[in-house]
Amino acid sequence: MTTVFVPLDTAAVAAGGDAVAAAASQAGLEVVRNGSRGLCWAEPMLEIEEDGARLAFANVAAGDVAAIVDQREGHPKCLGKVDEVEYLDRQTRAVFDRAGIRNPLDLSRTTILQECLDRDPESLIAEIETSGLRGRGGAGFPAHIKWRTVFDTPGEQKYIVCNADEGDSGTFADRLLMEGDPHRLIEGMTIAGIAAGATRGYVYLRSEYPLAAEVLQSALDNAYDDGLLGEDILGSGKAFDLELFIGAGAYICGEETSLLESLEGKRGEIRVKPPVPAISGLFGAPTLVHNVISFAAVPAIMKHGGAWYADMGVGRSTGTMAFQLAGNVQRGGLIEVPFGITIDEIVNGFGGGTRSGRPIRTVQIGGPLGAYLAPAEFDTPLTYEAIAELGAGIGHGGIVVFDDTVDLARQAHYAFEFCEVESCGKCTPCRLGSVRGKETIAGIIEGRDVEQKLTIIEDLCEVMETASLCQMGGMTPIPVMSAIKRFPEDFRR
Amino acid sequence: MAETESKSDDPAREIAERYRHRVGGVLTALRETVARFGYVSRSREHVVADVFNLSRAEVRGIVSFYHDLKTTPQPPVQVRVCQAEACQSVGARELTTRVESHLGIKLGETNDAVSLDAVYCLGLCAQAPSMMVNGRPLARADLCDLAEEIPA
Repeated sequence: MTTVFVPLDTAAVAAGGDAVAAAASQAGLEVVRNGSRGLCWAEPMLEIEEDGARLAFANVAAGDVAAIVDQREGHPKCLGKVDEVEYLDRQTRAVFDRAGIRNPLDLSRTTILQECLDRDPESLIAEIETSGLRGRGGAGFPAHIKWRTVFDTPGEQKYIVCNADEGDSGTFADRLLMEGDPHRLIEGMTIAGIAAGATRGYVYLRSEYPLAAEVLQSALDNAYDDGLLGEDILGSGKAFDLELFIGAGAYICGEETSLLESLEGKRGEIRVKPPVPAISGLFGAPTLVHNVISFAAVPAIMKHGGAWYADMGVGRSTGTMAFQLAGNVQRGGLIEVPFGITIDEIVNGFGGGTRSGRPIRTVQIGGPLGAYLAPAEFDTPLTYEAIAELGAGIGHGGIVVFDDTVDLARQAHYAFEFCEVESCGKCTPCRLGSVRGKETIAGIIEGRDVEQKLTIIEDLCEVMETASLCQMGGMTPIPVMSAIKRFPEDFRR
Repeated sequence: MAETESKSDDPAREIAERYRHRVGGVLTALRETVARFGYVSRSREHVVADVFNLSRAEVRGIVSFYHDLKTTPQPPVQVRVCQAEACQSVGARELTTRVESHLGIKLGETNDAVSLDAVYCLGLCAQAPSMMVNGRPLARADLCDLAEEIPA
């Protein structure tokens, strides 16, 4: 019997993947619902197993199935053998190496967890330190410092919390991982728990990802059934309990202290730091908070060693980064590569330029709080340090492409508007600054007292940047000022 | 007294009791209340406050904070169109206008049949613009036949 693979991932389902799977099933084929390979531009993708290899087909519609099975490599939608598809072949997958191979729930048991259970916590933390892993959520803070702090801080109950509140526009790596290889996340969190001395963990997932919730919950149930979670993990006597918690629609809950408030069942208002969550986090207990991809990188680091991970990348930007290419681009998707690749290689090399066919005018890197960059800067290598020198940040790795029809004044207006909608309201610079900023940019767009208003915006951004309690207000000036600096003509019409 | 009686009969009480001892249980109870009834009514806010031993003001504070915790009955069809940057770059504003004229309401408005809300990112940024109809995500919504995708 011929086996075909049709992803169950949101990227495939939202493009008609379920209908393709149903059609294949009706045609008498054995259908495996795998995770997505991250080639979002090709979804729904269909793969056929043939002589041990798998042929991939892009943008498959239900009506294509019969012809694909019949014509195989001769079908116009055939991309060739999936492992040889250039978009995948050019990547270095340390975190996403299993995503898309099988049904996500069949990708579970590895020997890594067993090995980590046998090691002492100190050696696990040392491995993370050697790897140079930095938080993938946005701030890029060295992971081992958090691990060690939680380990060293006394507390009866310590917690591991995964920030899966992936709200940045242009990012979807967390979702792909949770829908494509949820056991990788569970394993990474469990290892972190063993290392930091925490016996309880929570995944805080945004409500906009219902399918990820379903897959992750099933994976958690399986992990308990297989003894990978619970009172006595794999007979080691060590305990780790992990629970899924769904948010209720608030971008700010991606900020770690706001997330913790929300997880405690409160309004997601941010907390003043210090103390950092590693010292006083969930219910005031030492809490290790990481993004999905940070935790998901842990099993590979433990398997191959911290030195192997640190060998990839450039300088203090070690390892791989799961970049997400999105927006007005021909081939958007997940691109996991070592740090150091240039923006141009991502946007034009992988992406193939704009979908509209028009010239690229700008890319926004790092989500709604990220900078708008100009094409002259596209030869910059993507490392934390090089991007920081541009006054920008890699953030969670989202890169959104805009063609030359973009109006940067409008984008600056949107940056304030988004801040207004999503501000938690706790501090004045963010709560009021966003509203005043939006009004002032609206005036600039109408051409009223432009120079004076630009000065006001500059002052306002300085206040927001220096006086906001968290990065929401503190970084909203980044998209605004980067747009004004690089594209002044859009503000002075 | 009548109010107390109706409160003890309310199925929302059973929902709240279920999550009473869970971490963040009050938020989950409110989410489940919305999932079951479409919104959190004032009297159900009181039920949740009662079960979790919180003040009514505290529960109102939580409800008002989160976009998903609606306080008015929701129509049978709920449409959300992504307004975030990746979708903007490929015509989210045009898509929104199209959906508005198709439904005859503006973004943020509701009538008896349908609601139209903004959503900020569905994670379909490489297949933008995107929207969601009754929880079902749609990629490349610019190519979709709205009459087919949105139940009348």
